[in-house]
Amino acid sequence: MSNCNCLDLSFVATEAEASLGIARLSLCLEEKGLPGHKAGDVKIALAEAINNVVEHAYAGITPARVQVHCRFHQNWLDILISDTGMPLPGFCIPEGIPAALGETIDELPEGGFGWFLIHELTSDIRYERKGGCNRLSLRFDFPDSG
Amino acid sequence: MSLTSETTGGTQIITVHSDRIDAAMAIQFKEDMRNEAQGDNARVILNLTHVEFIDSSGLGAIVAAMKQLGNGRRLDLAGLHPFVEKVFRLTRMDTVFKLFASLDDALSAPTD
Repeated sequence: MSNCNCLDLSFVATEAEASLGIARLSLCLEEKGLPGHKAGDVKIALAEAINNVVEHAYAGITPARVQVHCRFHQNWLDILISDTGMPLPGFCIPEGIPAALGETIDELPEGGFGWFLIHELTSDIRYERKGGCNRLSLRFDFPDSG
Repeated sequence: MSLTSETTGGTQIITVHSDRIDAAMAIQFKEDMRNEAQGDNARVILNLTHVEFIDSSGLGAIVAAMKQLGNGRRLDLAGLHPFVEKVFRLTRMDTVFKLFASLDDALSAPTD
């Protein structure tokens, strides 16, 4: 790991920019020493959280920038995602109950897994709405490293 | 997003030539799959060997692609990268699709 244990990236909250941004973040996090066995969890949860901002926080309004701040600690990684879009409904983190698979192929869900995956893959989630900003913090523990 | 297709012994193999299927490409992927899988092969194998990352929108697009096949046609998935497999496992979609580690495994599996 290099001396600087932080990583910052921001991009406009459009699907195309977010796709590039998530790929770039994934690459940089690995270069910064993200443990291999945790890389998948972090990439998936990060992508879902950023996609939520693009699809919901800026739904129907002009997308502004999403800011992502990552900080490595000895045994964990904190990721703070900030945006100036609309707040989460009820100012609460959604519970993340997975969509039911249904009985037939036609009933299979094509969405509704985002928050479920974020809950499954993170060690802790915090959310606050402050000064017109959403601040979502994701924590990933690396119990086997260090 | 680019897809290529070949048919062998009544099975259509559609290969995804992208390292990710995410929210930005989900709609295009669904559309491309609709165009590629217009044949009447009972079994279609989606070769994901080149795909290193998928998010829940990409997963939804693959589910939609299976629904589009209709008429009892089956979509099997082959060559899943560990991160891709994990998304299927966590969402329990591994109970809906047949997953094969490689395209060869998928092709040599007994058809039922």
